[in-house]
Amino acid sequence: MTQTEWDRDAVTEVIEQKKSMPGALLPILHGIQDRIGFIPEDAVPQIAKALNLSRAEVHGVISFYHYFRTTPPGKRTIHLCRAESCQAMNSEALEAHIKARLGIDYHETTADGAFSLEPVYCLGNCACSPSMMIGHEVHGRVTPQSFDAIINELREFAA
Amino acid sequence: MTTVYVPRDSSALGLGAERVAGAIQMEAAKRNLPIDLVRNGSHGLYWLEPLVEVATPAGRVAYGPVQPGDVAGLFDAGFLEGKAHPLCMGPTEEIPYLKNQERLTFARVGITDPVSLDDYLAHDGYRGLRNALGLDPAAIVEEVTASGLRGRGGAAFPTGIKWKTVLNTPADQKYIVCNADEGDSGTFSDRMIMEGDPFVLIEGMTIAGLAVGATQGYIYLRVEYPHAEIALNQAIEAALEAGYLGDDILGSGKRFHLEVRLGAGAYVCGEETALLESLEGKRGMVRFKPPLPAIEGLFGQPTVINNVISLASVPIILDKGGKYYADYGMGRSRGTLPLQLAGNVKRPGLIEKAFGMTLRELLYDYGGGSASGRPIRAVQVGGPLGSFMPESQFDTPLDYEAFSAIWAVLGHGGVVVFDDTVDMAKMARYAMEFCAIESCGKCTPCRIGSTRGVEVIDRIIDDQDRAKNLALLRDLGDTMLAGSLCALGGMTPYPVLSALNHFPEDFGEKSVAQVA
Ligand SMILES: Cc1cc2nc3c(=O)[nH]c(=O)nc-3n(C[C@H](O)[C@H](O)[C@H](O)COP(=O)(O)O)c2cc1C
Ligand code: SF4
Ligand code: FES
Repeated sequence: MTQTEWDRDAVTEVIEQKKSMPGALLPILHGIQDRIGFIPEDAVPQIAKALNLSRAEVHGVISFYHYFRTTPPGKRTIHLCRAESCQAMNSEALEAHIKARLGIDYHETTADGAFSLEPVYCLGNCACSPSMMIGHEVHGRVTPQSFDAIINELREFAA
Repeated sequence: MTTVYVPRDSSALGLGAERVAGAIQMEAAKRNLPIDLVRNGSHGLYWLEPLVEVATPAGRVAYGPVQPGDVAGLFDAGFLEGKAHPLCMGPTEEIPYLKNQERLTFARVGITDPVSLDDYLAHDGYRGLRNALGLDPAAIVEEVTASGLRGRGGAAFPTGIKWKTVLNTPADQKYIVCNADEGDSGTFSDRMIMEGDPFVLIEGMTIAGLAVGATQGYIYLRVEYPHAEIALNQAIEAALEAGYLGDDILGSGKRFHLEVRLGAGAYVCGEETALLESLEGKRGMVRFKPPLPAIEGLFGQPTVINNVISLASVPIILDKGGKYYADYGMGRSRGTLPLQLAGNVKRPGLIEKAFGMTLRELLYDYGGGSASGRPIRAVQVGGPLGSFMPESQFDTPLDYEAFSAIWAVLGHGGVVVFDDTVDMAKMARYAMEFCAIESCGKCTPCRIGSTRGVEVIDRIIDDQDRAKNLALLRDLGDTMLAGSLCALGGMTPYPVLSALNHFPEDFGEKSVAQVA
């Protein structure tokens, strides 16, 4: 397995900052993912040591939660809602369009590293289904056309 | 100086509210018209979002849905004086969708600047807390009991009884935990409160702390709600600075601190004991009960765990009295329920009403029928674990008992509408698959049964041994109902079997099957 480079100082900083909180593990994992985009496998021993947990316990927690990832994401992650209200508004057709347009399936990243695609079960935007979230921004009543427009704009912005 | 309101609600932002706000500011500057732009919450009339309002001497006037391209025309038409325009909806509070509601918990949402403490105070904020500070803990609990408030997070357990248990359990440290996981699809009322009136939740949690003797609170917020996190933290900071939180609440010598913690995308962490495990930094595995969290909860200490809406309903109860609240509603469902209308519906949104309106009134009088213009065929109420209801059940009153009498659940008050293009066998399969994906893995019927269930439904759809597999599916439903530790496994049969019972034709069955 090839190892991805990541910022060890950032991880140490997050751990030092949060390790004395009650129930510190989730805040630490969030902190690390916020800073470097994912939770590197080889940061697990350091986290375990700081919290006096076994590595298996830390790994168990990381793998339990859908949101935590152990590989670097693309520049932007698209979270597409797959839940009932969005289904009632044709999210399946939108999903097919998005996968074809980006050329990837869920949990994958485009070849240029621009976008990752993740499924999500409800964004609380059900009154404006179908919904997706990119970064922290929710998009409502998404159509294949509006999706393309949003993506094109983000690509231009990034270029 | 004219005050203009453009929501900061994440759904309104998702429809372009930020660009509209920018366009209004630019246009006003260009025309040398001084405006005060307030970013309010959403009134919940989502078919009109982004809904822009202007304060006029005669009250607030609404325009919507406004897109950036409409802004120059609105200025030309004199919208700053509330003048006519094709997008003008008239006085906001006269819009029938809003006017006919009974807003107690949502009284301020859409009206105030969510993170302005002054605005909160100007709109009756913190009156409940002031009253609570003059009462002893048992009297606060008594007021909540008298209101008849039942947990709005799904299970509808009486809030007063839960608090009483925590109050009567001696301990050095007690906790108030707010369940802000809002994992159910078709629900967004928790989000709207947290984004649109975070102080009301903070006030409710502070009152809960006084009532049971807890000095620390946690809001366990789902990670999918970054805008709520920002609003909550801004409001907590303001409350702390002004002495409404902290070591000496309004000089009373009473202490209460509050912190927001993020979940990480696991549906089961909405279940209260799994949530506590998660808060403690573990996998979200459901705990056996007893002991109840009220006796051994967070870090083994007595803990009140309540839903956002339950806690946000407490300030008005302490302000106006338990009886005032209880006077709304029907039967044993007292007060109001913020209903959330979503899916394939023409006018989706939030409708807070006293219990008792029928589902049909909600779907047609408020919702205006389907968005597609096709007949409404099925409605799922109460989230992914709720039953699918056919047209013949639309006259059911929105009341906990009336729903359980027909093997349905009102739950969190989320209503998802499907038109006649829906394939109910596919929806049943989806519900099973959801259970398989989200199971915490502790019990076999839920962990394994749901995976087998998906296979059985696939065989039914493929018409392999249909009669045998249908019997197997019902059998599996019984096992899951009876043999699951929590409602994830225990209630997945509701969507699955209700789909089968009410829409047998989608499963290749000719006649209406028996009710489970
Ligand atoms: C699988 C599962 C998911 C749940 N999700 C939520 C949720 O997202 N929000 C919530 O308030 N309650 C949820 N509940 C209900 C909680 O377990 C609990 O009843 C509630 O937080 C108690 O608060 P209340 O009495 O104020 O409703 C869920 C229950 C189960 C079994
Ligand atoms: S029913 Fe499912 S989610 Fe609930 S405790 Fe059992 S395995 Fe976990
Ligand atoms: S179901 Fe998609 S946002 Fe809620």
